[in-house]
Amino acid sequence: MLHPDWLLDPRLDSPRDELASCFPVAFQLARTVFSLIIINKAGGLIYQREFQAGLRKLSTNDYLVLAGTFHGVHAITRSITPKLPLASNTSPAVSSPGANTPTTGYSYPNPGTPASGLESLETEKFRLTCFQTLTGTKFLLFTDPTSGTVDTVMNKVYELYADYVMKNPFYQLEMPVRCEAFDRHLGAWLRGRT
Amino acid sequence: MSTQKASRIGEEIWKTRIDKVNAELVTLTYGTIVAQLCQDYDSNYQEVNKQLDKMGYNIGMRLIEDFLAKSGVGRCANFRETADMIAKVGFKIFLNVAPTVTNWTSDNNQFSLIFDDNPLADFVELPDDGRAQDELWFSNILCGVLRGALEMVQMQIEAHFVSDVLRGDDTTEMRVSLVRYIEDEMPPEDD
Repeated sequence: MLHPDWLLDPRLDSPRDELASCFPVAFQLARTVFSLIIINKAGGLIYQREFQAGLRKLSTNDYLVLAGTFHGVHAITRSITPKLPLASNTSPAVSSPGANTPTTGYSYPNPGTPASGLESLETEKFRLTCFQTLTGTKFLLFTDPTSGTVDTVMNKVYELYADYVMKNPFYQLEMPVRCEAFDRHLGAWLRGRT
Repeated sequence: MSTQKASRIGEEIWKTRIDKVNAELVTLTYGTIVAQLCQDYDSNYQEVNKQLDKMGYNIGMRLIEDFLAKSGVGRCANFRETADMIAKVGFKIFLNVAPTVTNWTSDNNQFSLIFDDNPLADFVELPDDGRAQDELWFSNILCGVLRGALEMVQMQIEAHFVSDVLRGDDTTEMRVSLVRYIEDEMPPEDD
């Protein structure tokens, strides 16, 4: 069974996500999401979980290194975003944090939208999708590359995180997530049950 | 993004994605907290204002994730857009009010929020000890919420109330000033 909230999600804008196809989608989700990693804004690993039994695990230390390394690579991909020279007649009205520093006459191709950094990484065997929230937290989903977009999963994971982690008054910000309710709801939702 | 668009987003989220609670529960819970603080700090209202702001700050830092997850909005292009987001989406979805954004300074770094309606302050009359009317900002928690929430999205701001109908003023007005955008900060070096 799907959670009814999910059906009403206004962000499911494309018609193929409509009611008709949601059951197969849910079934697919259950099989195609391998694991989830959450990295705080300082590059520390705060959550790691596999969603399929029997996946080979890395050591805790390896996960920490993976998180830290990814954080660094993400920052690098943001800083190597190519910049175009500013045409002198374009209006400099848009000033967004981090995007336009007054140092040079260069700007991102689409000023106003700051460079996002690495968003997805794909191999023959898996796809890594990274979603960075505006607060700097990164969600990394490892999925089957043959499955479609993981936007729906990502949005739901973020929502569950906002609910069961951030709203838990005893959760300390930026610290490892040990919230049983988060684990439970995440697992239940990914398995297509409520 | 225009003010109208922000209003529409706020309305839409409020209608479809927000769990509603009884307004009296909110009003009474908040009122009790303020009254208890006044008692604990022996009617030192400056201290009460400070504590409320601090509580709000901690709420804001958590609430921002819920705001972003529910609204799905991207980064604001400028502070004017941020103001509309706060007033028409933020306040709308969490308190079902939409304060008016006004009194911009010419550098677009300061604005006022005028609250026609403030659910926190329903039924409230400030103590008539001769000081509360001049010193207590009853809804000061809201200033903290804005400060905490915006800090998480790389904006350092300062917010305070400048008038409150509870004090006998004509309007309830909060002044919000952008101090700076917080650039990506590297974690402290570990040599």
